[in-house]
Amino acid sequence: MSEYFSLTLKEAQKAAREDSAGVLASVRNRAAALNPKINAFVRFDAAKAVSQSGAQGLLLSGIPIAIKDNICIDGWETTCASKILKGHIPPYDAAAVEKIKQAGGVIFAQANMDEFAFGSSSETSAHGPVRNPWDLERVPGGSSGGSAAAVAADMAFAALGSDTGGSIRQPAAFCGVVGLKPTYGLVSRYGLIAFGSSFDQIGPITKTVEDTALMMNILAGHDARDSTSAKMTVPDYTGALQKDMRGLKIGLPKEFFIEGLDPEIEKSVRDAAEIYRKLGAEIRTVSLPHTPHSVAVYYIVAVAEASSNLGRYDGVRYGARMPGKDLKELYFNTRSEGFGAEAKRRILLGTFVLSAGYYDAYYRQGQKVRTLIRDDFQKAFKEVDLILGPTTPTPAFKIGEKTADPIAMYLSDIFTIPANLAGVPALSVPCGFAGGKLPIGLQLMGRPFEETTLLRAGYALEQELQLFKQKPILS
Amino acid sequence: MTDNSRLTTNYETVIGLEVHVQLDTKSKLFCACPTTFGSEPNRNTCPVCLGWPGSLPVLNEQALKFAVKTGLALNAEIAERLKFDRKNYFYPDLPKAYQISQFDMPVNKGGHLLIDLKRADGSLEEKRIGITRAHLEEDAGKLVHEGVKDGSLVDYNRGGIPLLEIVSEPDLRSPEEAYAYLLALKAVLEYLEVSDCNMEEGSLRCDANVSIRPKGEAKFGTRVEIKNLNSFKAVQKAIQYEVERHTKVLESGEKISQETRLWNDDKGQTFLMRSKEEAHDYRYFPEPDLVPFTLSRESVEKIRATLPELPADRAKRLIRDHGLSPYDAYTLVQDRKLANYFEAAIKEKAGAKLTSNWIQSELLALLNSKKISIENSPVKPADLAGLVRLIENNTISGKIAKDVLPEMFETGKSAEAIVKEKGLVQVTDTKQIEEAVDKALAANPKSVEDFRAGKQQALGFLVGQVMKETKGKANPKMVNEILEKKLKIST
Repeated sequence: MSEYFSLTLKEAQKAAREDSAGVLASVRNRAAALNPKINAFVRFDAAKAVSQSGAQGLLLSGIPIAIKDNICIDGWETTCASKILKGHIPPYDAAAVEKIKQAGGVIFAQANMDEFAFGSSSETSAHGPVRNPWDLERVPGGSSGGSAAAVAADMAFAALGSDTGGSIRQPAAFCGVVGLKPTYGLVSRYGLIAFGSSFDQIGPITKTVEDTALMMNILAGHDARDSTSAKMTVPDYTGALQKDMRGLKIGLPKEFFIEGLDPEIEKSVRDAAEIYRKLGAEIRTVSLPHTPHSVAVYYIVAVAEASSNLGRYDGVRYGARMPGKDLKELYFNTRSEGFGAEAKRRILLGTFVLSAGYYDAYYRQGQKVRTLIRDDFQKAFKEVDLILGPTTPTPAFKIGEKTADPIAMYLSDIFTIPANLAGVPALSVPCGFAGGKLPIGLQLMGRPFEETTLLRAGYALEQELQLFKQKPILS
Repeated sequence: MTDNSRLTTNYETVIGLEVHVQLDTKSKLFCACPTTFGSEPNRNTCPVCLGWPGSLPVLNEQALKFAVKTGLALNAEIAERLKFDRKNYFYPDLPKAYQISQFDMPVNKGGHLLIDLKRADGSLEEKRIGITRAHLEEDAGKLVHEGVKDGSLVDYNRGGIPLLEIVSEPDLRSPEEAYAYLLALKAVLEYLEVSDCNMEEGSLRCDANVSIRPKGEAKFGTRVEIKNLNSFKAVQKAIQYEVERHTKVLESGEKISQETRLWNDDKGQTFLMRSKEEAHDYRYFPEPDLVPFTLSRESVEKIRATLPELPADRAKRLIRDHGLSPYDAYTLVQDRKLANYFEAAIKEKAGAKLTSNWIQSELLALLNSKKISIENSPVKPADLAGLVRLIENNTISGKIAKDVLPEMFETGKSAEAIVKEKGLVQVTDTKQIEEAVDKALAANPKSVEDFRAGKQQALGFLVGQVMKETKGKANPKMVNEILEKKLKIST
């Protein structure tokens, strides 16, 4: 059997037109062989996948796609990798899932993740940790670690992730694949199980920038069911791809090149900037002065929203129920046993910052700083079209390395969080390898709804580096 | 109930009311589910109002329009910038563990409502009750305990139905004022057609904040909140109960503690629900799933243009144009359908004062005894007008009319037809009445004597005898006149 699984999404479109059964079988067998090692999928069902593939000639006809386990699929158990949602079967499709189905995509697997997307390593899953295909002793990043690992290991042509503070980009960087967090409001959140509602965005994780553009042509657009969904005309994202960088101004924020940044990553990113210069872009230094406050602000505002969003998991209506002698005990038992440690930590933090007497000092103050961070970006985008920096301060770390130190774990999102605070789009693209074997990602951030510019720049670099041709060795 | 006349003289009661009005929209506040009452449990639900993971709210614009309309009728300031907030608490009837409400930016702020209080002499006194705010929020579901062994059931049909919570200033000073406020507010809501105001179905629910303070004291006393008030009468009774309880506590030198109490209508008492220490911290914060938005002044003006004539204006018009007494006018307008009936009747050339009397006494008594609503009255406004006209042109007496109306009610025939059929036309022929009077005088010499001896009630007896003689058809006024004249002549 030919190795269809290693194709890009773009290449697989053609292959599926000729041999859709073969494409499906190839990916299915690959996933079946590798999942015990990588644990990228919490559920995958080849039978369902086969029965779905029917319509021909659509953008995703016959293409197997994986969906992060916090995006609802009608009739499929969806649990956010949490014990508390065990057995929960959504009665409806998320808007993004609906669009993939309408485009002919074959949804066949649900990707592992940090429980409720709380984490940067995919270690907090109730289904056990996901492993990085480039080094099975290392984390794939998180929270969309399963989605990124699956795409990196050729277990799916594309996967949906969700990004609240870097959950698409950080794992994409760790796994050497492409991840886009769209502008807040570009992709409908309807059916995305909420973590931080004012931050959450669904986005694709793919093997190439071109594939991301292709996925965005399917995913973007207004949805009346999501009141935060933007009313706008969706551009043709694949049409915007080009190698010419002339006329583009790219800014390197000095706050992103700080102590603690891995020297190899810094070099890789600066080398990429040099490539952009050669391709005709103008490179400048810019400042996003409030960046140092990002992590703190994020862990106030996002957890506040999370504490409220997770209130509904009380054992009354869906998911797990741990009975008790009265209502209070039912709540206590269900939530004590149902949530993992990190979920509990964030619920407690969020409840605290919203409490009477602390609201002003934390939540209100956090919102003010969030506004300042937004202003930082607005000012910077008056000078430059794109902001370029590292996606992560380090390459993938070892499994278990940071689980005992939440602050260290939180700091691994230091460069990705600002884009969520500001609502701007951000793309992580592979730009090298640390120590010759661990992928490095660079991050491009753009003006709201200017994904076309992001994708154009990502594509140009990708065409120069051709890194997508390098694959992890998984025999 | 104890006599509290001595106690209440020393203290002043301070009451503020929070009224939850279910807005009469077709669909719920944040989803498309129907709002019909009495459906099979959990039939009117969807992922949004069940709070299923991943679902998101979308604001029902009709609910917002109704809220604005109510705000305009209550003379409130309509917010330009609108935002929703989450009120977080755990309870099985609240599927998301938060209620989407409005915390610090309510749709309506700072209005007032005029209420009419009956003075001891029967006249009316107008009082202005401040409205602090009115805000939109979603209703919760309902727990069902009856007939359930081992636990409770939840019905989410009500969950997500739009509510407007109207909060009054602490301007009410007695249980009666609270009652009058509720009546006036209900009337306004009915005129606006924003709620069906059905208490039994829970479309109108009220919590009362009550405190007392020594007369002349400017500072408010410690207040308690009373919940579970299922009727306007219950509001009045519960407040009265609390005032007496507070008075006793204060008189005995103790302090009132700030708390929430539940009214038990069967027992006629309030019971502690939770103390201030146990009060929830709702952890309000802006609802991130609904973006703040601007309510354009044009849209507000468009809604203003749809405002109907409100009860207070209507009462003033009825007094001015039709000469009704303020009391009659305010009583009529309190019920829009009753006032509509009245206005339809007087269009048929029936006198306003008499029509009002007949509606408010005889017709309502008949309708109430048969449990028929005014709009379904078998006696239509034009029919009643026909009856009133017969009284006014002396065709029949009021006394006869009282027999005619039930007949109209039963048979659906017109007053004229019944009067003709039964020969009930009033006797106004002087000669005929004189004859009957002579007969009565001749037959009752004792009564004539009594009257002359100064016993006024003898006259009444003689009138009765004349009426008997004429089978009740003699014009009572003429009978009186002729009788008195004859009695004086023969003196």
